[in-house]
Amino acid sequence: MKHTLAILVENKPGVLTRVAGLFSRRAFNIESLAVGVTEKPDTSRMTIVVSGDEHVFEQVMKQLNKLIDVIKVSEIPGSDAVNRELALIKVGVDSSTRAEVMQIVTVFRAKIVDVGIKSLVIEITGDEDKINAMEQLLRHFGIKEMVRTGKIAINRGAKTVKVGK
Amino acid sequence: MAKTKIPGARAVIESLYNEGVEVIFGYPGGTVLPLYDELYDADIRHILVRHEQAAAHAADGYARATGKVGVCLATSGPGATNLVTGIATAYMDSVPVVAITGQVPSTLIGNDAFQEANITGITLPVTKHNYLIQDANDIPRVFKEAFYIAGTGRPGPVLIDIPKDIQTDLIEFEYPEEVALRGYKPKAAGNEQQVKRAASLIMDSDRPIFYVGGGIIISEASKELLSLAETLKAPVTTTLMGMGAFPSSHPLSVGMPGMHGTKYANFAIQESDLIIAVGVRFDDRVTGKISAFAPNAKIIHIDIDPAEIGKNVRVDLPIVGDAKNVLKSLLNHVKDGKTRTGEWNKKIGVWKKETPLTYRKDELLRPQYVVEQLNAVCPDAIIATEVGQNQMWAAQFFDFKTPRTFISSGGLGTMGYGFPAGMGAKVGKPDSTVIVVAGDGSFQMNSQELSTVVQNDIPVIVAILNNGFLGMVRQWQELFFDRRYSETCMQNCVDFVKLAEAYGALGLRAAKKGEVRHVIEEAVKSGRPTVIDFVVEREENVSPMVPAGAAINEILELE
Repeated sequence: MKHTLAILVENKPGVLTRVAGLFSRRAFNIESLAVGVTEKPDTSRMTIVVSGDEHVFEQVMKQLNKLIDVIKVSEIPGSDAVNRELALIKVGVDSSTRAEVMQIVTVFRAKIVDVGIKSLVIEITGDEDKINAMEQLLRHFGIKEMVRTGKIAINRGAKTVKVGK
Repeated sequence: MAKTKIPGARAVIESLYNEGVEVIFGYPGGTVLPLYDELYDADIRHILVRHEQAAAHAADGYARATGKVGVCLATSGPGATNLVTGIATAYMDSVPVVAITGQVPSTLIGNDAFQEANITGITLPVTKHNYLIQDANDIPRVFKEAFYIAGTGRPGPVLIDIPKDIQTDLIEFEYPEEVALRGYKPKAAGNEQQVKRAASLIMDSDRPIFYVGGGIIISEASKELLSLAETLKAPVTTTLMGMGAFPSSHPLSVGMPGMHGTKYANFAIQESDLIIAVGVRFDDRVTGKISAFAPNAKIIHIDIDPAEIGKNVRVDLPIVGDAKNVLKSLLNHVKDGKTRTGEWNKKIGVWKKETPLTYRKDELLRPQYVVEQLNAVCPDAIIATEVGQNQMWAAQFFDFKTPRTFISSGGLGTMGYGFPAGMGAKVGKPDSTVIVVAGDGSFQMNSQELSTVVQNDIPVIVAILNNGFLGMVRQWQELFFDRRYSETCMQNCVDFVKLAEAYGALGLRAAKKGEVRHVIEEAVKSGRPTVIDFVVEREENVSPMVPAGAAINEILELE
């Protein structure tokens, strides 16, 4: 079972080490991780996907909350949230395949961000399934290189993950 | 007008004044020279140890005996790494300690400079929090936060690493009144609804038992526990960390649970229908085989650390809060209730009579007898222990009456802890008799501190239960490894009387039962740091014993 956590932390050095250290020490598994600053410059937000049963997940939440630099831990539900990843994919092409690849890019509403004689770099954002689907199709043409970010997620509607008073 | 500027090192001393620090256990070195220069004139007692590990244990022992935050100090690199065992010991047992370390100058950090170690990285998993100060202006805030974090909520060690150049940078010193930590707000009061539910579970139970530990001592909830137990007429089992939280001679006390606990404590847990767990963490040494633990009981778990609740066992009713507060409000809810524990207490009474803690009382000098005699001569002593058989016998045969009188490494099980911790306890409680119950193995892990106690006139009594073995390991080898005593024999390796005398301490020896009382009295009378070498039966076992991984009612009775 996968859970997506939004963790608000102090924006200062060493915090990522504390969080990552906790995961390794308690033998929790990180599936994906993304960090960036929030609307408040003193606060960063980590989005971490963890796998494990309910008991493990409960412990993860509680142990994270014990870290002094962790301000708030929330779960982002699978539904009723926007989940996004970004991937950059370099695909080998020649004159006979270029058009077909470009068609796939259009269908997926992705972007071509670099064009070379023998390759294209495609930028795609979307949830994990969409990016996986695109990757599957492009494999057929030969993926030379691929980079994927960790997942970020935000609740739909008025619900927010914010530092309390 | 601008305030006078002071160097960072001076700011550290001023911060320590503000926190009311009276004593530091430490050892100087290159990167803490500015700090030691300030200490030279400071109104803070400094105890110069002989190994940094002892500084950390002494600060820990001081904290456990007094309830205050203990402070230790070491230089960078090896000085700092030598603290690590002591810090980990304090972390496992939730002891408030602030460890201050020097660090190489800021410009050299990361260059593998002389005596550089990444001590904040190293201690990350064994501290409640730690700091590397990068700007001298942060010193007051960091110290304020460190003492606050160490001493509140579930206490624990906090390390502050201070580069040498930061110690000489000049700052305007102002100590903050309050801490502002967005991510740390310990919860003191329990949820009132949960407390009410707990009260009704308790009133509905026929066979309740209190299972209490170090949390009672930390939150100073002994009085509340006593009233509650007496009101409900419910038995109380006290973990190793909780020794002294409930008087062990009280009729409702069933002693220690778990691996070397009393049979009747383990029977009572297994047959109870409600466990009221307070300030405990269901350690594997207590629960034995977890799937067979207390099969008929509902569990109420009261703890200040939410992460402990549900970690090892399923809990029916969690209450997050400070033990003292929660027990107080629980008391209000059960005050007038009638309990039906009569039958239950009768049953426990029978178990107590049929399966008492005992040992063979013949003419030979057995270690349990030594502990009984220590109890007879010094009933109000603070007992610090090493780890192993000596620790278990001290827990089993000394009558602990009040909190903060049993000082022992429970979670980490650190050999070499007892003597320096006892030294710290004596510094904090100079009017108490402090006895270190030691094994010949454990004592040799930090015996160099004899030099410290003599130099600083800290009259602790070290009672070595000398069996010439690493006794607990030998016991396991006897029981589970066909008596193949692989590397556990240390017989006749050192003359402890001469060792004590070499350091200028008093050395005494007793090899017969008849001599025991006399040497204890002599040690007490001398008022000097004393080592007593009790030459005891070599292959005495700690009994009873629940083998690791067995259910706690599958108990071995050992000869």
